[in-house]
Amino acid sequence: MSQGITRESSGKGQGSGPKITGAQAVLESLKREGVDVVFGLPGGVLLPLYDAIYQSDLRHILVRHEQGAAHMADGYARATGKVGVCIATSGPGATNLVTGIANAYMDSVPMVAITGQVNTWLIGKDAFQEADITGITLPITKHNYLLRSAKDITRVFREAFYIARTGRPGPVLIDLPRDVTVDEVEFTWPELDLPGYHPSFKAHEMQIKKAAKALMEAERPVIYVGGGVRYASAHKELYDLATKINAPVTTTLMGIGCFPEDHPLSLGMLGMHGTKYANYAIQESDLILAIGARFDDRVTGKISSFAPRAKMVHIDVDPAEVGKNVRVDIPVVGDAKNALQGLLKEVMPKASGAWNEKIEAWKKDHPLGYIPDLNLIKPQYVIEKLCQLAPDAIITTEVGQNQMWAAQFFVHKDPQKFISSGGLGTMGYGFPAAIGAKMGRPECDVIDIAGDGSFLMNSQELATAVVNDIPVKVAVLNNGCLGMVRQWQELFFEKRYSATILGRTSPDFVKLAEAYGAVGLRATKPSEVEGVIQTALSTDRPVVMDFIVNPAEKVSPMVPAGATLSEILELQWCEEADISHLAKIYADARKEILGQEGI
Amino acid sequence: MKHTIAVIVENKSGVLTRIAGLFSRRSFNIESLSVGATDNPDYARMTITVEGDRDVLEQVIKQLSKLINVIRVSALEPAESVERELALIKVSADRESRSEIMQIVKIFRAKIIDVSARSMIIEVTGDEEKVDAFVQLLRQFGIKELARTGKVSMTRGARTIKA
Ligand SMILES: Cc1ncc(C[n+]2csc(CCOP(=O)(O)OP(=O)(O)O)c2C)c(N)n1
Ligand SMILES: [Mg+2]
Repeated sequence: MSQGITRESSGKGQGSGPKITGAQAVLESLKREGVDVVFGLPGGVLLPLYDAIYQSDLRHILVRHEQGAAHMADGYARATGKVGVCIATSGPGATNLVTGIANAYMDSVPMVAITGQVNTWLIGKDAFQEADITGITLPITKHNYLLRSAKDITRVFREAFYIARTGRPGPVLIDLPRDVTVDEVEFTWPELDLPGYHPSFKAHEMQIKKAAKALMEAERPVIYVGGGVRYASAHKELYDLATKINAPVTTTLMGIGCFPEDHPLSLGMLGMHGTKYANYAIQESDLILAIGARFDDRVTGKISSFAPRAKMVHIDVDPAEVGKNVRVDIPVVGDAKNALQGLLKEVMPKASGAWNEKIEAWKKDHPLGYIPDLNLIKPQYVIEKLCQLAPDAIITTEVGQNQMWAAQFFVHKDPQKFISSGGLGTMGYGFPAAIGAKMGRPECDVIDIAGDGSFLMNSQELATAVVNDIPVKVAVLNNGCLGMVRQWQELFFEKRYSATILGRTSPDFVKLAEAYGAVGLRATKPSEVEGVIQTALSTDRPVVMDFIVNPAEKVSPMVPAGATLSEILELQWCEEADISHLAKIYADARKEILGQEGI
Repeated sequence: MKHTIAVIVENKSGVLTRIAGLFSRRSFNIESLSVGATDNPDYARMTITVEGDRDVLEQVIKQLSKLINVIRVSALEPAESVERELALIKVSADRESRSEIMQIVKIFRAKIIDVSARSMIIEVTGDEEKVDAFVQLLRQFGIKELARTGKVSMTRGARTIKA
C-alpha cells in the first residue's frame, strides 16, 4: 500500500497565531480533553514532554514501574467513567505498558496511553530504546497512532480521546517521537473527521419491540448483565426494567454492582464461580436477555449446552459481539442505556410468579457459604468483615481466589465500586488500580483485596502511594500459595502442587509496608480481623493488612472447565488432612528456601 | 465456502498491517488479498477472499468494520459480480513446443509478452477458474515461474461500493 497520505489537520482559515512546541500542544490537548491527572515515568525521548509537564499545572503521578501507570489509568477510568491517561518512554517503558493496555482492551476500559518514540529519522533503524510499539499493540488497542508531524498532534489527541470513550470503550495508544514534541506548531483544535468510525448506535425500534414481546411472553426470563451496562451507565434503567417485570438478574464479573446484590431479584454472579442459583436459573430459563455481555467461556461453561431452552436476546453496542459465541434470536445493536429505555417503554408490569418462587427456593437451598473456623482465619470471613465495616468502599481485586471471594462475599451495589481484571485476569492489577481509583474518587475508601502472589507483582507502587499521599488499603489474603492454581491441582492433578507453594517464604508484608513508609498490620486469628480492619480504615495513610488465612480453602462452588453450568460442584469443605498436608509442604518450602524450620 | 469481500480503507501507512493482523489474530483464512488505489487517492480498495461458513463471513465483516481506518466493507455475491485476476507465467519453450503453446495462448486469449531461446512469459487474465485451467494446461511444458495477482472484483450493474 502506498505511503500514507495523511489528511491535513483541518486548521483552515486560521491566521498565523503564536507558535508552541509539540510538547505544549500535547499538554494543551490534554487540558481540552479535561484530563486532570496522568500516571507515568519519564525517559530520554520524553525529556521535552516532561519539561512541559514541569511547567504546567497538570498533575503527574510518578510510578515505579510503567505497568503500574497503565493499571492506575485503568483504575481511575473505571472508578470515574473518564478516560485514564498513562505515559511511558520509548522501548522498555512502552513495552512495560503492554500488559496494562491488554488488560484495558479486554475489559473495554477507556484509556489513552502515550509513549515516547525515537526521533522520526531514526525509526526503523533499531535506534537506542526503539520498539515498534504501534506494531506490538496493534491487536490490543482499539486504535493506535504513530505521530510523524507536530501539526497532527491536536487532531490525533482529539481523535484518540473520542475513540477511547465512545461506542465500546477501549485503549488508544499514541506514539510520540521526540522531534515531534520539539517542533513548533501553531495551535489549532480541528473538528473530528473520522469517516470510518460510527460509534453511537441507537437501538433499532423494531428489534426493541421484538425483544419486549419476547420478554413479555417468557415464563422463565433471566437478565444476564455484563460490563456494557456499567460503561453505558445504564444500571438505573436496568433496575427499573428488572423490577417492572420481576425478572431475576445475574451479572458477570464485569457487570458486578450494576444490580444491587441485596435485592431479592439478584442472582449474584454466574459462571465458573458464580452462584448455583444463577447457573441453575440460566440452564432452566426460556429467555435470556444479555446486555453488554459477551458470552465468555468462564461464563457459559460448555457453550453447546448453555441455556439450552432459552431464546436469546442480545443487546450490545459492538455488533461484532452479537452472534460471535452463541446464536442469537433477537439481536439488538445499540447502547445499553438507549436500548433499556426503549424496552422499559414497551413492557408491561409483570407480577412475580412461579419462576420467582423457584429461584427463591434455589437460593434457600444453595446459598453461597463457607464453613466458619475459630482457629484459622477464613478468607471469606475477612471479606464479610470488610463489607460490614466499609460497605461503601471501592473494592479492587487481584486475580485468583482472592478475586472470586471478593466477588462472592462482598455485597456489591455500585457498578463503579467493583474494579477487577476480568478478561485478561492480570495478577498485579488490583493495587495500582486502587491507587488510580483513589485518585479519581478521593472521598471513597479504596481497598485492594489481594493475594500474596499477586500483590508482589506490583508492590513497588507502595512507594507511589506513600510519596503522593494516596491512602489506599491492601488486604492480603495470605494463603501461602498461588491459591487458584493450587486449587486446580488439588482437584484435577491429584494434589501435585507444582510451582504453586509460596509457603511463608513471601516477604513479611508488614515489614515490606513499613520499608516503604506505609503502615503494616497483621491478623493471624479470626478474633484479630475486625481490629485490623478498623485500624486500617481509620489510618489516613496507605496500609497493608496481612491476613494469615487457611491455606486449604477453595473457591466454591465451581463449574469445572468445559462442563455444563448445572454440573456445578460444592467445594466448601476442606479436609483437615489437606490443611496439615499444606502446612507440611509450606514448612518444607521454607526450609528449602530459607534454611529455617517451621511456618 | 469461499467469500469475496471488498474493503474500502483510508490510504494510510499501516492499514494493510491492521487488516492482515486482524485476520491472523482471529484465525480467519485469507485465500487472496489484493490492494490498489481507488478513484479518490485518499482511499484504497482491497479485495479479500476468505474461506469459511456464513458465520465466519459475518464475523469477518463485523470485525473489519470495527477498524477505524476501514470505511466500508461489502460482501460480493458471486452471481452479481465480476471478478478477474492476472497471472504471469514463465514457461519452458523450445522450437518444438513453441507453436503448441501459442495455440493454447490463443484459445485462452492470453498474451505472450516476452520470448527467449528457451522460455517465454505469458500474461493471462480471467476469473480464478480460467487462470487455473490455463496454468494446468501449461504444466506439461514445464512452468519455471508463476506470479498471480489475487483477484479484484466488482458488482455488476449500477450498484457501487465506494467510500
Ligand atoms: C500475570 C499472571 N500470571 C499468572 C497468572 C495465573 N494465575 C491465576 S490465579 C494465580 C494465583 C494467584 O495467587 P495469589 O495472588 O496468591 O491469589 P490466590 O489465588 O492465592 O488468592 C495465578 C498464578 C495470572 N492470572 N496472571
Ligand atoms: Mg495466595
